[in-house]
Amino acid sequence: MSTDEIELKALMLASLEGDAAAHRVLLDRLSSRLRAYYKDRLARIGKAAAEAEDLVQEAVLAIHLKRATYDPSEPLTPWVYAIARYKLVDFLRRTRASRANVPIEEADEVMAHDDHDATESSYDIRRLMEGLSKNMRCAVEAVKLDGLSTAEAARRCGLSESGVKVNVHRGLKTLATLIAKRNAP
Amino acid sequence: MKTDELVTLLSTNVEPVDRGAVARTLCLAVGGGVIVALGTAFFGLGVRTDFATTRALIFLAVKLAFAIGTVGFAIAYLTRLTRPGGERKLSPFLTIAPFLVIMFLAAVSLGSAPRAHWDRMIVGDDWLECLLSIPIIAIVPFACSIWAVRKGAPTNLARAGAFAGLVAGGVSAIGYALHCTDDSLPFVAVWYGGTIVLCTFAGAALGPRLLRW
Repeated sequence: MSTDEIELKALMLASLEGDAAAHRVLLDRLSSRLRAYYKDRLARIGKAAAEAEDLVQEAVLAIHLKRATYDPSEPLTPWVYAIARYKLVDFLRRTRASRANVPIEEADEVMAHDDHDATESSYDIRRLMEGLSKNMRCAVEAVKLDGLSTAEAARRCGLSESGVKVNVHRGLKTLATLIAKRNAP
Repeated sequence: MKTDELVTLLSTNVEPVDRGAVARTLCLAVGGGVIVALGTAFFGLGVRTDFATTRALIFLAVKLAFAIGTVGFAIAYLTRLTRPGGERKLSPFLTIAPFLVIMFLAAVSLGSAPRAHWDRMIVGDDWLECLLSIPIIAIVPFACSIWAVRKGAPTNLARAGAFAGLVAGGVSAIGYALHCTDDSLPFVAVWYGGTIVLCTFAGAALGPRLLRW
């Protein structure tokens, strides 16, 4: 097992416990690997590298939203690879850019390279947030953008604390859907 | 938006994650499906009334064992398929074990009976009712399973759909077994086994549409 796998898995386990710092480092490190993976795969079918950043963000959002599906008794790399590949196949299907089959590779491929050359994705989070309901928007803004605690966010949005949590989760899910829709021409 | 901004957003105020959520949601969904299937048997079709005979009890047990065995193995696989990459290294041999057992028992039972009885043993009294009831009762359990799988993140949608269909067919057969009075092993193998396989194919066909995320 690679040291990469061991380190990333340790970060993942900490992030599942609610360790925000570990979560941040994990998503950072995974996004540079996903960037290298997507740039390479898109280049192979003649697509612009710019679209890779959209895909990186879709995958990062998916990893965040679906992190409860990670089984800690399994290695992390195949889980990340499965999400990365799923998002790639979904993207190609949506954009109808290519009927090319995406071959199933070794899961390690997704961790093989780093790419820190981040560009901006083609959407603006503040503008996307306009697509959320009032409660979702308020909860995501308060908790995720302004860093308020759940109790403070509850006061600001006029929701209960559990209401804030539900709205943050639904809000991020809706954002992920909006991003996926936006990436389809 | 920069990916860095997204990462910052996602790692602000991170909530701890409930790790048992995937398995628990599935069990909840299947439990709901079982209640609906039993409810349909009790209040819709009516439960068979000849429990007094040993033969009826034995056949009820055989049918339930077949259906529960199918559901049990299928849930184990479906739980894996609900996670990304769960289809990796998955050899669903165990799921066909209940089918092999019932087919073997049916063959033995046919072999020990005179050929003239075969038609009657296979077709039974109510093959058409069985053929229709199991897929129809399976609809609600199927919707429950799909709901639960959608909470996860399957990456092989056809296979996850197939197993959701298999679970639903098995759950439906648990309910139908309480009503059904056709007591022969070949009947169970052909009509129970066949309709559950039908539910599995339907699930495989619907999976890619219903399970996208």
